[in-house]
Amino acid sequence: MWIDLVILLAKIAVVFAGIMTGAFVLTWAERKQSALMADRIGANRCAILGIKLWGLINSLADALKLIFKEDFLPPKGLRVLHAIAPIFAMFPVFVTFAVLPFGPPLQIAGKEIPLQILTLDIGLLYILAFGGMAVYGVMLAGWASNNKYSLLGGMRGSAQMISYEIIIGLSLIGPVMVFGTLDPGRMVVAQNDLLWGWLPKWGIIVQPLAFLLFLPAAMAETKRAPFDLPEGESEIIGFSLEYSGMRWGMFFLGEFAEIVVLGAVMATVFFGGYQVPYLFSGAEAASLPGFHFPWGGYLPLGEWWIVALRVLSFGFKVLCLMWLQMQIRWTFPRFRYDQLMRVSWREMMPLALANIAVTGIVIMLVSR
Amino acid sequence: MNGESKTVVEPYGVERAVPETEAEFRQEEMLLNLGPSHPSMHGIVRIITKLQGELVLDAEVEIGYLHRAFEKSCEATTWNQALIYTDRLNYVSTCINNVGYCMAVEKLLEIELPPRGQYIRTMLCEVSRIADHLTCVGAAAMELGAFTVFLYMMIAREYCYELIEDYCGARITTNCSRVGGMPHDLSDGWLEKVRWTVGKVRHILKECDILLTYNRIFVDRTKGIGAISKERALQYGFTGPMLRACGVPYDVRKDHPYLIYHQLDWTVPVGHRGDVLDRYLVRMEEMEQSCRILEQCAGKIPGGPVSCDDKQVMLPDKKDTYGNIEGLMNHFKLIMDGHGIRVPAGEVYFSVEAGNGELGFYVVSAPDENSRDGCNNRPWRVRCRPPCLSFVAAMPEMIRGLMVADVVPTFGSINMIGGELDR
Amino acid sequence: MDSSVFDNNLIRFLFLFGAAGGLVAFFVALSAWLGPKSMNETKAEPFETGMIPKTDARRPFPIKYYLVAIVFIVFDVEVAFLYPWAVEFRNLGAAGFISMMIFLVILLVGLFYAVRKRVFEWK
Repeated sequence: MWIDLVILLAKIAVVFAGIMTGAFVLTWAERKQSALMADRIGANRCAILGIKLWGLINSLADALKLIFKEDFLPPKGLRVLHAIAPIFAMFPVFVTFAVLPFGPPLQIAGKEIPLQILTLDIGLLYILAFGGMAVYGVMLAGWASNNKYSLLGGMRGSAQMISYEIIIGLSLIGPVMVFGTLDPGRMVVAQNDLLWGWLPKWGIIVQPLAFLLFLPAAMAETKRAPFDLPEGESEIIGFSLEYSGMRWGMFFLGEFAEIVVLGAVMATVFFGGYQVPYLFSGAEAASLPGFHFPWGGYLPLGEWWIVALRVLSFGFKVLCLMWLQMQIRWTFPRFRYDQLMRVSWREMMPLALANIAVTGIVIMLVSR
Repeated sequence: MNGESKTVVEPYGVERAVPETEAEFRQEEMLLNLGPSHPSMHGIVRIITKLQGELVLDAEVEIGYLHRAFEKSCEATTWNQALIYTDRLNYVSTCINNVGYCMAVEKLLEIELPPRGQYIRTMLCEVSRIADHLTCVGAAAMELGAFTVFLYMMIAREYCYELIEDYCGARITTNCSRVGGMPHDLSDGWLEKVRWTVGKVRHILKECDILLTYNRIFVDRTKGIGAISKERALQYGFTGPMLRACGVPYDVRKDHPYLIYHQLDWTVPVGHRGDVLDRYLVRMEEMEQSCRILEQCAGKIPGGPVSCDDKQVMLPDKKDTYGNIEGLMNHFKLIMDGHGIRVPAGEVYFSVEAGNGELGFYVVSAPDENSRDGCNNRPWRVRCRPPCLSFVAAMPEMIRGLMVADVVPTFGSINMIGGELDR
Repeated sequence: MDSSVFDNNLIRFLFLFGAAGGLVAFFVALSAWLGPKSMNETKAEPFETGMIPKTDARRPFPIKYYLVAIVFIVFDVEVAFLYPWAVEFRNLGAAGFISMMIFLVILLVGLFYAVRKRVFEWK
């Protein structure tokens, strides 16, 4: 009983620490990556006793600065809404991660511990539901600030986020049809199968179009370039204009935490989650744990090695996908509002529906 | 409040309803100030927009936040001292301002530089032009969200500024020219450095070209945005890349050749839509043409003096000033108050092609009441024709009916430089 | 394996909810406690790039955004219908597929109508 509580709290702590560390490191990585892309050096000034950690201390200094900055509540705005808006930006991100398995179930002392906080049959719907909550943060911030720029940003933000939420929802239908489940855990297990005996049945391989639709739609949800219209700092300065201190930092951190979670969702649905190609645990491969290569090779591995490899593989995939999002962010200019709407409703939406139809036909042909 | 509003007739005969109070606005309309303290307004201009959601119904531009009385200040200086104020006009391509002002005064003095001096001036102008265009295109791209392009272009601009720094020791406030000549000859290896810089700039331009010209988002954001017709552009008095983007091949360097431009092989790029994309493309091609001019100059530059030999205009060498009485006297006569360059009374207009367009100097010398020769050692009037004033005047027309997000690329494409706009 | 109250997803979710809410609230509170406070009349004005705003920002707003929201609701409900269908897709067979395709086509007509009515454009 109590051990269950401890396990649950430990998992929550691990996940939260993972997201926070991820977001924290991402603020640093973004500065370094953009610097690398733009031929600069990037953050390198802050130091504690001369230790700079390649600029990581800068992120720490940023966080400290945000905490000790004035927490400004606009007297002419709606103070209560203004105060709770950043919570809506951050909270759903933390909660969303709960259904994603970050490793295979652990077997300790005859007890199976799934490495996810919530094992939900409707996991994907849960992700969509809480992912959708983030729109409130933008909308409330824009409305409560009583600032025309914020209002424009909030309106843009809400229109953008709801438009792309549809695309996210529709693009995930394809993988759901292929894997026949909404549970991310089972989806990941299904992705360790091999197509024609050699190709891992990852989401991106069976549903490439779904991934191509999901990636930009999900990036639009994070409100980062090229989809940073609600922010649009050179145009309307952004929905968070009237925010300062840590409550502004919540929008900022929320954005980075979203990148982490988004990387995790993409890894789970499209890149086989924690799976490593051709790696099977004992339960999955007739008590022969290890790599079973399609050309007949077999490399035995201990069960704990497999668990470690799988957790690392999940982390690696999330890192790669975060890197991809960063690369995109620093390469493309910003969309305009009507272009954004056109892309979402007139171009991606029919494609997403077509993807569902084609997927259905193919599945029926294959299963016949 | 009733819904009536008074109608004012704006210049160019455009009738427009100006609401007196906020209540007279239709409910959906919003009056939004863009600037002066706005990230893409450079902190020195204010655009008052009337919005319907994202749509700009109407706009008005307010300028003057950077007015420093350039023209009036010039009247209090001697001919050469006014030069330092020209550095503060277009502070991105200062060499062109220096050269333009000097050549206006030289026209009044009827002096022509020896060929080497003219080549040096041409090269400095072209390096400045590249720096100007790089700043404009880079900043406009950054305001569209393409931050990486901006930094690449800043690297290229850095090379240009280093070249200028190698010549005159300063990067922005160059003060690189004098009335009647150049302050000194080129340093050793400068011409090799020009060739090296041209290579570097070309390489970076190619990279940026790939990042922008072939980027669907960038093209969609700029094509057809902020367009203005050839006729309207001419009515507003557009010059430079803005006019050429509309399809008028007017370039001061070709149409009223000065320095040695007529001896060189280069072309004037022209657009046809007059929108932000064409302005961008014209600027990109002009940088390439400037590179060509630089290469030719570096190859063809002759030897000889860099300044005219008129002792009443140019200061003597330092070794003469310190070494013999004639030199000292010459120096004294040019420097001391009440002496200086004696410019005969008269008025003159001289224009050069600056980064933004035709930069004109209207210089008047009135006879000093105490002078016996009808000359004056101070300008009586220095009027500057800033190229970007007409662009800013056309801003409301260009952005009316566009979306808020289009204001930024349009404004970026006109390359408003507060220093020369407000003077 | 003995079952415990912590196997219940709702209980777990409450813990998660509490932890996430607590963490977020902690951040906000930290800044509110530790940050300095100062206020004056100018600072109280909403920032409108250096100008004192003439009007309140919260006033009637163009209907365009609202139309997008309405279309969103229509299609979000569609997505909600699609999910159970997608899970049970293999069991429903051709009949299920065809009926859902008819549903999608009807919705596509709606989308087409919205596009033709220029809901997603401004001009």
